[in-house]
Amino acid sequence: MYFLDLLQIAFRSIRQRGIASLLTMFSMSLGVTLVVAVLSIHGVVDKSFRNNASLGYNLIIGGKGGGQEQLTLSTVYYLSQPLYPVSGNYYLEFMSREERDKQMVHSFAHRSHEASTIVHDMRQLTSLGGPLDLMAEDLLDPVVEKQDALRADLDRPGKYAHLTEFAIPVCLGDYYDRFRVVATNTQLFDTLVYDIENQKKFEFAQGRNFHHHDKVHTYFEAVVGSTVARELNVKLGHEFSPSHGYQGGGAHASTFTVVGILKPSGTPNDRAVFINMEGFYLMEGHSEPVDGAVSEEEVLKAIDKLPTPEAKEKAWREHVAERAARETAPNQEPLAVEQREITALLLKTPRNAAMDLDKAVNNGKEAQAVLPVGVITRMFDFIITPIQRMLLVLTTMICIVSGVSILVSIYNSMSERRQEIAIMRALGAGRSTVMTIILLESTLLSLGGGFAGWLFGHLLCLIASPMIEEQTGVSVGLNLWGDPFYEPLKWFGIDGSIAERFVIPMEWTLVPGLVLLAIVVGLWPGMTAYRTDVAKSLGK
Amino acid sequence: MLELCDVKKSYQEPDGGTLPILDIPHFAVKEGEQMVLVGRSGCGKTTLLHTIAGISKADAGKILIDGVDIAGMSEAGVDRVRAEKLGYVFQTFNLLPGFSALENVMLGMTFAHGRKDRQRAEHLIARVGLAHRKTHKPAALSVGEQQRVAVARALANKPSILLADEPTANIDPRNQQNIIDLIRETCREEGVSLVLVTHSTEVAGQFERVDKLEEINKVK
Repeated sequence: MYFLDLLQIAFRSIRQRGIASLLTMFSMSLGVTLVVAVLSIHGVVDKSFRNNASLGYNLIIGGKGGGQEQLTLSTVYYLSQPLYPVSGNYYLEFMSREERDKQMVHSFAHRSHEASTIVHDMRQLTSLGGPLDLMAEDLLDPVVEKQDALRADLDRPGKYAHLTEFAIPVCLGDYYDRFRVVATNTQLFDTLVYDIENQKKFEFAQGRNFHHHDKVHTYFEAVVGSTVARELNVKLGHEFSPSHGYQGGGAHASTFTVVGILKPSGTPNDRAVFINMEGFYLMEGHSEPVDGAVSEEEVLKAIDKLPTPEAKEKAWREHVAERAARETAPNQEPLAVEQREITALLLKTPRNAAMDLDKAVNNGKEAQAVLPVGVITRMFDFIITPIQRMLLVLTTMICIVSGVSILVSIYNSMSERRQEIAIMRALGAGRSTVMTIILLESTLLSLGGGFAGWLFGHLLCLIASPMIEEQTGVSVGLNLWGDPFYEPLKWFGIDGSIAERFVIPMEWTLVPGLVLLAIVVGLWPGMTAYRTDVAKSLGK
Repeated sequence: MLELCDVKKSYQEPDGGTLPILDIPHFAVKEGEQMVLVGRSGCGKTTLLHTIAGISKADAGKILIDGVDIAGMSEAGVDRVRAEKLGYVFQTFNLLPGFSALENVMLGMTFAHGRKDRQRAEHLIARVGLAHRKTHKPAALSVGEQQRVAVARALANKPSILLADEPTANIDPRNQQNIIDLIRETCREEGVSLVLVTHSTEVAGQFERVDKLEEINKVK
């Protein structure tokens, strides 16, 4: 009862200085709004990173050269430039015998093998003896040996097949408008479970996954992410030509048709365009030149050497027309395996096989393997966490400044309040009682401003929630109780497993924080009240 | 009821010296007695009231209130005695501006025993003739009304002694007598001893006992 009376006195005193008190509380509320916003952003970034760290695959295979971070950034987040590719043949090393056989149908090796069977038959015929046999020994036997070796290479599983659950190829390099074009196969949407915890695959808001081959669109079907569809107003049936190499580069002649639009997933795939890898390979400049063929680069150099601008222009037009005719030619066959290059492989290994495969690939000369979750966690710890800590420190400092404004406000009022304090003392209030009243006043200002700031902060998040959800896939909502506290506990060296057992919503710590701040800033004016000379301050 | 024995009080001067204000061998007020203390300006009347109330600490001597010597008490003890045994009416009323008339009366109760007797506060407000203005804040009351509230507040804790320091000095002549009458009547009703400081001979003339401070104080 007595405490409530003192609280009432403190409240009346605040009300007495209405405008000054409101401004002081407003200052505190701004500080707390920022703290709440930073904590919410922390939650969003954390969740977003955690979502993206749960990839559905546990290894990325890319070309040698460049760092693990770059391979992860370019493959997982479609940021940074893609690295050196791996060969199509290397990709087949992760496939089972059946899958590999299917792929190898489209290979020079397979065609060569088919052609050489006739040589094998001829050798059978000539093996009866005599001069023909001697001639065949010199001419046909090396071919037969080569063919046998080829058969042996064709007729086997990939050397890493036993360590692979699935391997999804990804080819990067093209853009549609400002969004990355990702060439892949149907497994990305049919097989990959990107959210393992909730067993979620990528879902289609409209349409379907692209087919490996479609009668109408052949190899040129595409699927777009939700953000791409929204920002570029892409509908089903929309046709586009990817631009080559970089954003704003020259457009390919090939046209892809959008057959599916993904639901928002909160992953970087929302901001990507997916095309059939076979169509990607059929576009000019996407195949490794075969022996004797002229590369695009060589053509451009040759054109550049022509003497007159007219000749250059004519040659360029002819080349573009020829390229377009090639790219859009009907009944195209998939590109030969030997001509294929893959930017990265998204690979899932059987349980406990990741480290073995990682080691095996990295010990080889052809490719590097990266455990993306480890890289993402490292990047989070090195880049995001310090930024978040800095933001939290900054906002805490803003709160301290707001606390100082409480101090200034109360301290400035002390001269005019000295008489009030003296009156209360004359009525029997002890020194500690008047000091308590001042501290309560400071606490009320702090908590009042803090509560308003907490409410503003969450309202701000609620208003920004649809935008944040669109961008990150993380729902913020009103989330009045904030995220658990164990992360900051870890910062202070408290063991994560212990901290997680005491899951305290982080924003609840604002209450003791604000009370502590109020007591600290209220101490000075409180002591002034404590020391007030009653006889002098009363007047008569 | 109230007894002062060999009470001395002096102030420190800026040059480090001491300025004696009070040296009272003996001064007593009986239970229910009403007396007036007069004296020239600066002779120490307010200092004496402050010393009796424990607002200023005596340098020496005994101050017995209901037989309890507050001069030897801790500050917290003196605060408690002041809250429970003494009522104080100031020349400048000293009401808290953020509180209504009724709340100002109840405020005194808060510091005495932490229990607010709203019924008694209402009764006192009605007794001083302000039942209709009990929810008004001091700024909305006339000076006479403010002093009435101050009287009610001083009596809120049923004190043994009421100290009134020139309670009519800021009040227009027409209301001065009303206030004096009110203080005296309420003190009589409540059985409270009254020590009233005044310059007014007219007011002093109404009391049976009038003490001149110069006569009881050895400091001249």
